[in-house]
Amino acid sequence: MGMNLIAKAEVEREAILAGTHFLSGDDACAEGAIAAGCRFFAGYPITPSSEIAERMARRLPQVGGVYLQMEDEIASMAAIIGASCAGAKAMTATSGPGFSLMQENIGLAFMTETPCVVVNVQRGGPSTGMPTLIGQADMMQVRFGSHGDYAVIAYAPASPQEMFDYTIKAFNMAERFRTPTFVMSDELIGHMLERVVIDPDKIKIINRKRPRVEPGERFWPFEPEADLVPPMALAGEGYRIHVTGLTHDERGYPAATEPEVQERMLERMLRKILDHREEIIEYEEVELEDAEIVLVAYGSTARAAMRALRLARERGLKVGMLRLITCWPFPDKKVAELRDAKIIVAEVNAGQMAREVERHARKPVYKVNRLGGEPIHPDEILRKIEEVAQR
Amino acid sequence: MIQEGRSSAALELREVIAEHHPEDELLREDRIPHIWCPGCGIGVAVTAYLEALKLAAPKIPLEKQVVVSGIGCTGRVAGYVSIDSYHTTHGRAIPFATGLKVANPELEITVFSGDGDLFAIGGNHFIHAARRNVDINVICVNNFNYGMTGGQVGPTTPEMAITTTSPYGNMEEGFNLPYLAAASGAVFVARWTTLHFRKLRDAILHAFSKRGFTFIEVIAPCPTSFGRPNELGQGLDEMEWYLQSCVIDHQANLKEIGLSMRKDSKIVVGNFLDIERPTFMDRYQEIIKRAKAQLSGR
Repeated sequence: MGMNLIAKAEVEREAILAGTHFLSGDDACAEGAIAAGCRFFAGYPITPSSEIAERMARRLPQVGGVYLQMEDEIASMAAIIGASCAGAKAMTATSGPGFSLMQENIGLAFMTETPCVVVNVQRGGPSTGMPTLIGQADMMQVRFGSHGDYAVIAYAPASPQEMFDYTIKAFNMAERFRTPTFVMSDELIGHMLERVVIDPDKIKIINRKRPRVEPGERFWPFEPEADLVPPMALAGEGYRIHVTGLTHDERGYPAATEPEVQERMLERMLRKILDHREEIIEYEEVELEDAEIVLVAYGSTARAAMRALRLARERGLKVGMLRLITCWPFPDKKVAELRDAKIIVAEVNAGQMAREVERHARKPVYKVNRLGGEPIHPDEILRKIEEVAQR
Repeated sequence: MIQEGRSSAALELREVIAEHHPEDELLREDRIPHIWCPGCGIGVAVTAYLEALKLAAPKIPLEKQVVVSGIGCTGRVAGYVSIDSYHTTHGRAIPFATGLKVANPELEITVFSGDGDLFAIGGNHFIHAARRNVDINVICVNNFNYGMTGGQVGPTTPEMAITTTSPYGNMEEGFNLPYLAAASGAVFVARWTTLHFRKLRDAILHAFSKRGFTFIEVIAPCPTSFGRPNELGQGLDEMEWYLQSCVIDHQANLKEIGLSMRKDSKIVVGNFLDIERPTFMDRYQEIIKRAKAQLSGR
């Protein structure tokens, strides 16, 4: 025995793929996970995310970790929650159909406050849809896909470098807030090859808070500290904890018929994320200072939007861009500041995040959409910019 | 503790004060009373498990023992046992336990759940965990129906049994669980009833000592939801039925031990299978060696 996957305070340097590499987004995601200390991956093959599983299957045994190919995505999600309860940093990766299957256990991870990371390399949907082609249509599913009220932290990387960086960030935020977090990539980013620079000195790692009392002393596993996050006891440490997906009190005991406990516990679980919005939310601002037209985009579509912005600027149009990096929590304040500009939201779905932008800008926005299968061409966005500039 | 008892003449309240229950140490006393009905067999199965935990304690300290449950009446076991306990989603206790075990192989993990949870919604996980030979124990309390939701037909309900969703009789055959477990790759397979308390406790104790995927079926009365429509009487009557119809046969042909509602049919119980084969983690150690060798050879 002896071997276990319990996360250490620091990640072994030799495990990290230091240097400059030419990597796909999927491969960069796997390397990011390993650099973050992930030592357990449970998954089920699905295009276009399978390369993440394949790289984890190759890499994890090299660093003393375990790759486990499960019988389906339901089991994959359950297994990473279990591994995290034992102290491992754990991840799974999937695409639309598998993401649908994971939803119930995503709720379990939220309810039991178990840190873990779920990567969704989005493809065209609904149903089997377009397995090998791009989609960005799970942006609302990640926010609302499991039943009940919950809050999520979700990133939309726009390059293989960001697949690396934000997979690490997703682990850090999962550990920081004891919650499942999401990397909402898309097929284009997953399969795109680009330069990825990995400098172990620049990687910051956050680990979950641990109990501050010894086993045997009074310890309630869901009693929060000032930041609303409870320290986490692991299985096998002697704290004799009970963890349940039922509504439970601070002791972890079921309180499934006590509405006041539901109010208290769930409100705290929502607030532990939403009260820390400013700490979590990330976005990129491009030439917003004088912008009369603002593009809002994320993931691979932001790259096309960037090109359209350049072309429009060459034509003398005052165009800026807000690139969403965290889609959830949504950068509501920043979007509210944009309400004097004309806003164009470009995304490969029927207008999912556009609704959220409209809600916070409190006005209708212009949209450029594709329903999946093809990325949005910069010219399409440019045409919309020119059309909007005329109004 | 206060107990109600019936005298032959009239109902009278009899108080029995006990300072200490033999299982207090391993129960979350502040969670008692439990939700189970009078005559339910789950309590017997839990007590057998607690006794086994105590007997195993010199070798396996209690802080390394973990119980994982799914959803349903038996799914509530995790909530009452005072060790690290996880009450997961319906059918998913086994993959959850798989992650827990792989991440910390020092843990002795027992999945304690019901027949519907483990073999309908969770059936796929059961066969795959057995195939992988993940080093966990699965105890299935089989009461032939979905008790918590009001007594619906399930994957082990015998043919022609009456339930709320098979009001004219169950048209399907129920699973023969030991046969399924053995075929899927379990290294230890047993079936006992709640009448066989010591045999059950010893089987659980043996499962703790086994490396690999073990399976114990516990046939248990559910007088409220299954006993009533099928005229099986109270819990005690069902125990009486076990006494009359159980045959201990460790060498039984597993193919032939499916359960039937016929009153003259036998319930074959025993420790049917006890073999050794490498566990998932045994094999994974070899994989890690290969991966590291390839890395250093580069």
